[in-house]
Amino acid sequence: MDFRLTPHQEALKKEFEDFFKEEMKKAPPGLEAGLEALFSEEGFPFHRQLVRKVADRGWLTMAWPKEYGGQDAPIIDQLMFSEAMGYSRAPASDIFGVGMLGPTLLAAGSEEQKKEYLPPIARGEVVWCQGWSEPNSGSDLASLTTRAVRDGDEYVINGQKIWTSGAHHADWMFMIARTNPEEKRSRGLSFFLLDMKTPGITIRPLYSMEGSHLFNEVFFDDVRVPARNIVGEENQGWAVTRAMMNFERSNVGMMSGLKRDLEELVQFCKETKWNGQTLAQNPFVRHKLAQLAIEVEAGRAMSYRIAWMQEKGGLLMAAHAASAAKVYGSELAQSFAYTGYEIMGLYGQVKKGSKWAPLMGAFESASQLCMGMNIAAGTSEIQRNLIAWIGLGLPRTI
Amino acid sequence: MDLDFTEEQDMLRTSARDFLTTECPKTLVRELEESEKGYSPEIWRKMAELGWMGLVIPEEYGGMEMEFMDLVVLLEEMGRNIIPGPFFSTVVLGALPILAAGSEEQKKELLPKIAEGEAILTMALTEPTATYEAGGVKLKAAAEGDSFVLNGTKLFVENAHIADYMICVARTKDGADPEDGITLFLVEGGSPGITVEVVPTIALDKQCEVVFKDVRVPKKNVLGELDKGWPIVQRTLEQATTAKCAEMIGGAQAALDMTVDYAKERVQYGRPIGSFQAIQFDLADMWMKVDMGKNIVYEAVWSVSEGLPSTEKVAMAKGWANEAYKFVAERGVQIHGAIGTTRDHDIGLYFRRAWASDLVFGNTEFQREVVARQLGL
Repeated sequence: MDFRLTPHQEALKKEFEDFFKEEMKKAPPGLEAGLEALFSEEGFPFHRQLVRKVADRGWLTMAWPKEYGGQDAPIIDQLMFSEAMGYSRAPASDIFGVGMLGPTLLAAGSEEQKKEYLPPIARGEVVWCQGWSEPNSGSDLASLTTRAVRDGDEYVINGQKIWTSGAHHADWMFMIARTNPEEKRSRGLSFFLLDMKTPGITIRPLYSMEGSHLFNEVFFDDVRVPARNIVGEENQGWAVTRAMMNFERSNVGMMSGLKRDLEELVQFCKETKWNGQTLAQNPFVRHKLAQLAIEVEAGRAMSYRIAWMQEKGGLLMAAHAASAAKVYGSELAQSFAYTGYEIMGLYGQVKKGSKWAPLMGAFESASQLCMGMNIAAGTSEIQRNLIAWIGLGLPRTI
Repeated sequence: MDLDFTEEQDMLRTSARDFLTTECPKTLVRELEESEKGYSPEIWRKMAELGWMGLVIPEEYGGMEMEFMDLVVLLEEMGRNIIPGPFFSTVVLGALPILAAGSEEQKKELLPKIAEGEAILTMALTEPTATYEAGGVKLKAAAEGDSFVLNGTKLFVENAHIADYMICVARTKDGADPEDGITLFLVEGGSPGITVEVVPTIALDKQCEVVFKDVRVPKKNVLGELDKGWPIVQRTLEQATTAKCAEMIGGAQAALDMTVDYAKERVQYGRPIGSFQAIQFDLADMWMKVDMGKNIVYEAVWSVSEGLPSTEKVAMAKGWANEAYKFVAERGVQIHGAIGTTRDHDIGLYFRRAWASDLVFGNTEFQREVVARQLGL
């Protein structure tokens, strides 16, 4: 075993860190790292210009094959990038196009689709969104009912999606619809790539508890999509979906963001004196922060292990390992938010913008936003189901 | 970066697992933990023949000159199987400090004996002060002619009742800094003035009270430099803590496997209890704690064996392993239901060891304080 980075990787790491440090000087003040910041009014333009910059340097999709816009770089190099990006809180990648659709098309797309869709993603030119959940199909996604009916060389789509992150900014959507109404579950589903400018699409915003606009409802009224935009075979869409779920769940940039948050919280506790002693002198605070540090480090070690597994297995990995990464990461972020909120005492509730908000109200918003992460991309309950069924071979009864 | 074990390490693991499964079934584990000596001389001899005691001892002293990581692979298997006995204290708390700080004479005298299974060792560090910090060392060693005279009490000394040698951590000088003025002594077991009593503990692991009353130790038995022994202790603790973590992960994995198997077999309400979601959630959480534990424990082991600054990594690994092993053992008992609470069931063997391992080399509260200081708090 050898945990050392090569000189090349160390150098890359530094290059990424320096780059992000510079770029983040130009960021809108107090821009948070989460998805909602990417899609806010001030966040979105900054996010896209940064993605373009990163793409211009060949960093956005470096682990992809050269012929589709990548550099054939090892996944560990991509990990260096994700870590540096997470630590700087730079909104420089996108989960949907780069993190999910790209690897999925590489694994399951036709040659034609790879040539058509991958290079624009690699250049940072296209914004994607994900049309999966429906009002009656959340955890039980395979039960979804949005219909796609074959008509000549098109499919006609009718139905509704919900919780569609960033649909209000997206150029394209990857979505799942039912092509075989005889099959009520996964065997009747197909996977489509859909231009958001297609007539018949209506988007309605959904506002989150703390006020941001990330999610949307998307309605489809006789939306026509070319038949060649299907990924995989008709009625084989579920396999594509499951592969993509793993990519969504194993995304590993989150841990370095928490490391940064922890450093700032530690610094805050060292400097802040309420009631005669610094927060850092309070044994409760010391131990809570130490415990978080242990859990963040365990998360980092896990993310390296995942990168290692992906490197060996060519981006594919065991579903339960991806599930573990997702549930651990989101619950750690939640634990972090609640711990920070508790340490802040009365100040924890103050919103960003007020002079009384410590760390720009980080914990006021994080305490609310963290709930979304425990539920999105497969709830914590679903992830544990998958670990039990796939990882431990326990009987599946649903 | 290479996060896989080598082929040789995988082979070592497999052969160790086979040996331990055959030689030390759980019936023998129970017998040994209840016995006075606490180990099987027969198995001890066989382990010596396999070269296990000398695994990391240089060839010139009769060892196999393998790496610390190799030893850790072995210890993980020992934790998984459970094998009562003085392997850990002899090799990790005995051989390693002698390797690190012994004179050529001391190494020539003791290391071959250890490698051949002819000597049982332990380290006498903790005292009734109940801490692993230097300030807890109060046992005094006073120079007298060509000897030192040791007076004081050591507590929770594993295997002191059978040890041929104890490395006694004593205070030779008082000063402002408690880490200054500590000296290590190689003390022969059974030396006049030593009284040993086995303290009954949760894992029946022969933690002893050792009283030193005017115990004479020749000057040549000083291990390392006078007054400068604490760095040796620190280094030993780093190695011992990470090694113990690996043993704990092995135990946690065994407890997990046992519990998963049980959940698949035990039928209630016409179905295996492992089909109930609540049980599945617990098992998923248990699996994550063990699997993630491996990552940080192996990295801490690597860091220590590379001689890199490892204080934070070691404390984090132990902090994680403590809580992981206890969690797995506790949930393991719960999922087994009533039989899990009996003396006869194997899950209890792991439960008791989880609770014992938690404390050795520092419980989670201790580790968190180390981490807090490393964070700069």
